Amino acid sequence: MESSPDTSTPAAASRLNVILHVLTAVIALGGLAEATYLSVLFFTGETAVCGGSSGCFQVLGSVYAHIGGMPVAAFGALAYFGVFTFATFAASGYPKARRLLVLTVGAMFLFTLWLLGVQAFLLHSFCRYCLISAALVFLLTGLTVAAPPSAASR
Amino acid sequence: MKRFVPFIIVGAVALLTASGAGLLYRAKRQVPQVIAPGREQPNGVSGHSLGPVDARVTLEEYGDYQCPPCGAMAEPLRQMVRDFPALRLIFRNYPLAMHQRADVAARAAEAAGLQNRFWEMHDLLFKEQGEWTKAPDVQKLFSAYAAMLRLDVDRFEKDMVSGTVTNRIRADQSRAAKVGATNTPSFFLNDRAIPASALGEKNLRAAVEVAVKGKPPN
Repeated sequence: MESSPDTSTPAAASRLNVILHVLTAVIALGGLAEATYLSVLFFTGETAVCGGSSGCFQVLGSVYAHIGGMPVAAFGALAYFGVFTFATFAASGYPKARRLLVLTVGAMFLFTLWLLGVQAFLLHSFCRYCLISAALVFLLTGLTVAAPPSAASR
Repeated sequence: MKRFVPFIIVGAVALLTASGAGLLYRAKRQVPQVIAPGREQPNGVSGHSLGPVDARVTLEEYGDYQCPPCGAMAEPLRQMVRDFPALRLIFRNYPLAMHQRADVAARAAEAAGLQNRFWEMHDLLFKEQGEWTKAPDVQKLFSAYAAMLRLDVDRFEKDMVSGTVTNRIRADQSRAAKVGATNTPSFFLNDRAIPASALGEKNLRAAVEVAVKGKPPN
C-alpha cells in the first residue's frame, strides 16, 4: 500500500510545503549553475563545451540558441534565479512567492517543450546540456504541482 | 530577523553567481592568437603562422584536416610554440584527394581565417575530426562550428566557396608540390624536409629543440 503525505492538517501541509520549496530551490541552483556556465561560454566563444558531440554543436551553434544576440541560456539563468528566489521566499512563508513560482515554472515548462520540439523536429539533434536542463525543469514542474497551496494563498 | 533570511540567501546566491560568472569569463576569454601576418612569404603564398615572424626556427607543416596523424600532432605542435619562444609554426593546406572532406574542411579553416579566427577553427577541426568526418551534413556542422566561434555565419558560408579561399588552398598545394611534400603531415624545419622516419611527437620535438638551441638538426 502506498501512503501519501499527510496534508490534512495545516501544520503537516506547511511542513511539506517547506520541504518541497527547499527542494525546488536546490534544483533551481543546479539549473542556474548550468545555464550561467553555458551563457559565459557563449560570450567567450569557447567550443570545448561541446567537445565530442556534433549534436551539441548543431544545437548551441543554431539560430535557436540565441535571441537578439543573447544566448537562450542567459534567459534560462534568469528564470532559474527567479525560481530559486520565489522558492526560497515561499519556503519562508511569503504567500505571493508561491504564485510567482507557479507562473515562472509554468513558463519554463512551456518553453522547454518548445525547445525540445526544435531539437527533435527542426534541428534533428540534441544537446546534452539542453536535455539536462529539460530534466531539471520537469522536476521543478513536478515539485511545484505537488506542493500544496499554503494556507495563506488558499 | 527571520524575515530577512530569504533576502540574505537570495542576495548571497546572486553575488556568488555573478562573481563565478565573472571569474569563468576571465578564465575562458579567448585571447587573440599570436598570429604573425601570413602573407610575408617571398613568393606571396599565404600561410598561417604562430610565433614571431622573425623567429630563428621555422617549422612548416603541410596538413590535411582529415588525416588522423595531423590531428594527433596538432596539440603537441601548439605546445612546442608555447615552449619555444624562438619557434614559428606555419600551417599550409594540403588536402589529399583520398580524403573526401579534407578540402571542405580546409575551406572552413580559411573562411574562419578571413574573420581572424583561423587557428581557432584549425584546432576545432582537428579536435572534432572524429565527429565531422562522419557527420551526415558536414557543411551544416561547420556552420555550427562557425557560430560557436562567434563568426559571422553568412559571411563564413559565402567565403567557404569564394575564389579567395580557393586560391589560398590551391597556392598552398602548389607550394607543396614545389617543395616536394607528398604526404600529410609533411614538415620542414628551417626549409629542410624532416624525413618521414623522424616524424612523431618526440622526434619532432627533439629536432625543434636542437634547432632552437642553435645546433643543426640530425
